[in-house]
Amino acid sequence: MRVKIGAPKEIFEGESRVAMTPESALQLQKLGHECFIEAGAGHSAGFEDTAYTKAGVTVVGSAAELFGAVDFVVKVRPPTEEEVGQLRSDQTLISFFYPAQNKELLEAAQKTGASVIAMDMVPRISRAQKMDALSSMANISGYRAVIEAGNNFGRFFTGQVTAAGKVPPAKVLVVGAGVAGLAAIGASTALGAITYAFDVRPEVAEQIESMGAEFVYLDFEEQQQDGAATGGYAAPSSPEFREAQLKKFRELAPDMDIVITTALIPGRDAPKLWLADMVAAMKRGSVVVDLAAERGGNCDLTVKDEKIVTENGVTVIGYTDFPSKMAAQSSQLYATNIRHMMTDLTPGKDGVVNHNMEDDVIRGATVTHQGAITFPPPPPKVAAIAAAKPKEKPKELTPEEIRAAEKAAFKKATRNQITLLAVGTALLLTVGAFAPASFMAHFVVFVLACFVGFQVIWNVSHSLHTPLMAVTNAVSGIVILGALLQIGSGNWLVVILAALSVLIASINIVGGFLVTRRMLAMFQKS
Amino acid sequence: MTIGIVSAAYIAAAVLFILSLGGLSGQESAKRAVWYGIVGMGMAVIATIFGPGVGHWFIIALMLIGGSAMGWYVAKTVEMTEMPQLVAALHSFVGLAAVFIGYNAQIELTRVQGMDEAARQALQGFAAILAHKTPVEVAILKVEVFLGVFIGAVTFTGSVVAFGKLAGKVDGKAKKLPGGHLLNAAAALASLVLLVMFMQGAGIWTLIVMTLLAFFIGYHLIMGIGGADMPVVVSMLNSYSGWAAAAIGFSLGNDLLIVTGALVGSSGAILSYIMCKAMNRSFISVILGGFGGTTGPAMEVEGEQVAIDAAGVADALNDADSIIIVPGYGMAVAQAQNAVSELTSMLRGRGKTVRFAIHPVAGRLPGHMNVLLAEARVPYDIVMEMDEINDDFPETDVVIVIGSNDIVNPAAQDDPNSPIAGMPVLEVWKAKQVFVSKRGQGTGYSGIENPLFYKENTRMFYGDAKKSLEELLHLVRM
Repeated sequence: MRVKIGAPKEIFEGESRVAMTPESALQLQKLGHECFIEAGAGHSAGFEDTAYTKAGVTVVGSAAELFGAVDFVVKVRPPTEEEVGQLRSDQTLISFFYPAQNKELLEAAQKTGASVIAMDMVPRISRAQKMDALSSMANISGYRAVIEAGNNFGRFFTGQVTAAGKVPPAKVLVVGAGVAGLAAIGASTALGAITYAFDVRPEVAEQIESMGAEFVYLDFEEQQQDGAATGGYAAPSSPEFREAQLKKFRELAPDMDIVITTALIPGRDAPKLWLADMVAAMKRGSVVVDLAAERGGNCDLTVKDEKIVTENGVTVIGYTDFPSKMAAQSSQLYATNIRHMMTDLTPGKDGVVNHNMEDDVIRGATVTHQGAITFPPPPPKVAAIAAAKPKEKPKELTPEEIRAAEKAAFKKATRNQITLLAVGTALLLTVGAFAPASFMAHFVVFVLACFVGFQVIWNVSHSLHTPLMAVTNAVSGIVILGALLQIGSGNWLVVILAALSVLIASINIVGGFLVTRRMLAMFQKS
Repeated sequence: MTIGIVSAAYIAAAVLFILSLGGLSGQESAKRAVWYGIVGMGMAVIATIFGPGVGHWFIIALMLIGGSAMGWYVAKTVEMTEMPQLVAALHSFVGLAAVFIGYNAQIELTRVQGMDEAARQALQGFAAILAHKTPVEVAILKVEVFLGVFIGAVTFTGSVVAFGKLAGKVDGKAKKLPGGHLLNAAAALASLVLLVMFMQGAGIWTLIVMTLLAFFIGYHLIMGIGGADMPVVVSMLNSYSGWAAAAIGFSLGNDLLIVTGALVGSSGAILSYIMCKAMNRSFISVILGGFGGTTGPAMEVEGEQVAIDAAGVADALNDADSIIIVPGYGMAVAQAQNAVSELTSMLRGRGKTVRFAIHPVAGRLPGHMNVLLAEARVPYDIVMEMDEINDDFPETDVVIVIGSNDIVNPAAQDDPNSPIAGMPVLEVWKAKQVFVSKRGQGTGYSGIENPLFYKENTRMFYGDAKKSLEELLHLVRM
């Protein structure tokens, strides 16, 4: 039996996103599922019903009809009471749900007996990144925050020298370098602004710098908590730390043209980081975009869902619907997240859903299942992020120490060489004392040849080691001389053995040289 | 030809051989240098044939022509991926020839010693040299013969086994008879006893028994060494074949043989040293087989291997500006070098920087990867050594690792307890994105887990290297 998946129109005021796009529908059908959509659901995101029809999606007239027809309801916003009421016990709902904040809704959903998979509860492990809708939405928020700031900022981001005068580059401060923060840093540096970023987790400094921003270091001696312990999110900081942090922000405020705050701590109100006096210290025309407005805001003056202008001409933006403002992009990403979730739910790619509660990701995201509330989930078996190792700073050596080390190394090398030479000479003398002159003559040749060999071979290029081996193969065919000298013997056994030696040595010589030539001819310069 | 002319030819040949090896310092000079070697060899052979005391011209001509034809055939038909086998096979020939020549020297010596004074005066060539030796010189000659035969015999069986392993005819895994290296040590000790007996005139049977023992040592020694240590083994055998030639040179009193043997011997020794250094292992530990003991539990690897399909890799390649490809033995096994080369030229055609990073022990022969890439027409000036390119990884957008494992293992730097700790590795994980083309989720030759595969910027591109790359090629072309 094919599973039917349907996306209703979002009824939340101002929500433009949709949980299924024509593209994601095609992918879902590849998994063996059948797709439905409420008429007009994708309109605000730029996906018309005809596009869905073309992608093989059945368009149905109303939400009620859709809820009646499908097995899986996919949504963006948490369902309303009314929508929950329409769920059947054999249905599954996939959407944002925020179960911790929406206790009543959770109970209502449990009563219907339907399963609910909360996209916001997908655990933060590598395997689940592809369905991490919070991250994909945060990414959009971060980007959009910069665009929104630019929209309200009366100057260029990038510095220019024009015929009409010089324009300094804008200075942007991003507070909190999570997914949204990093996206904001990326967008802001791409526009040419000088970007600074701050985060309480020291391990993200590298990421910040890799995005082209400057990490704002605090002069603060405290072992900061490793972000790994809290699943990659920031943890509340100590009062002393907070003080140091605010002092730094106060210092920065007059210089900053744009401030984007993204600091959130899981399960708490947003920390107040950009206080009224900092806003007051900012230049006229500056912009503050508060991405934490949903949870009370990082800025004192933030008003949720509104844009205000302070007395000193600073714009403070508290919009919470950034992803919805870019509905085409965010719908596409969210629908892909949903599609990946369905892929994990359909391991056989045969249209048969296996709601596997043993799977860390599915278990973590499922908040009600078979009439029971399964929230909060047990901790996942796999740790989210490897613990950051404390970094050891390489000790800076003073010039004296370096010189001393060099001197010691030089002395050691000299000592080694002298020892080697001494031992070598002693050995030679011992041999010379006993061996006859004819042997010594050959022995001198041998030692010199070894010496020449060592000097010459060290210069051979690494890339030519294989030709070197082939050529030494050929050259060691020189044993043919021995065989040639012996072949004139009067003893038939000697003649046979010598003849065989000539045969195989000539294979070596000819084969070795030819294959070397063949190889060397292949090395070509571009 | 007189002795004087022959000696002059030998000196010229020796100089030419040195020039020939020295010329390998650069790709262009190498093309000229190989001719030096050929001319030197030609002079030496001709001077010897037409020199004093050489007979049986017909046999010589027959053998020379037969051997040359075989050598020519082998050199023309060998595939570049089969180079390691060919090199090993050629080593075994040198070893065998050394054994034969050593026996001949002993047989001749016995024959000459059995002659009366008048007959001795009538002798020519090699036999004449033997006839004029003093008793001390004869004793030294016997030691030289014994050593030459011993080294030659070890080289012979060792190379035959190495050939079998490289050609896949013998299981590549390290295998030892019960008793392990004690057996080798016992055989070596017994050979020493036989040497003493041989010196006291115990007859040729001691030489024969020693040869059998040396055959055993060569066989058993190389059987105990695993596939990935082959670069060291092959260069070691290369070295042995040189020492065998030098020992023969001593017993025949031929300076050219001594010089050439010493050149080859030191060349092999240096190659072995470079290979060992690249694995951060001592020569002894490679020869005795197996990896050194660990000093503690290995670091836990966290995270998981994330797979990616060809389309994803193609997208990343299209977006990237700088790309580094790290080939390993897996590329040779899958015969993927042509697909790699085509991908390279296509990406370079689009103005992207594409380079190759070669670890010294990548492949089964020193410099093996360079030859394979050269065969596939990858220009050599974009093929870099480890030291040249290791600092460039942080500025690289995409690294593609094809069929290599241990040489890109970050545990060598991060985990002091790892068996490969301290081994120099290619720091691919510092690049923005790493794709690993690999057949499946196995560990490498050393059996060590590779944390690279679990890194956040690593994606696993599973499948046969050749097929994966051809698929990729198709997608990039579109």
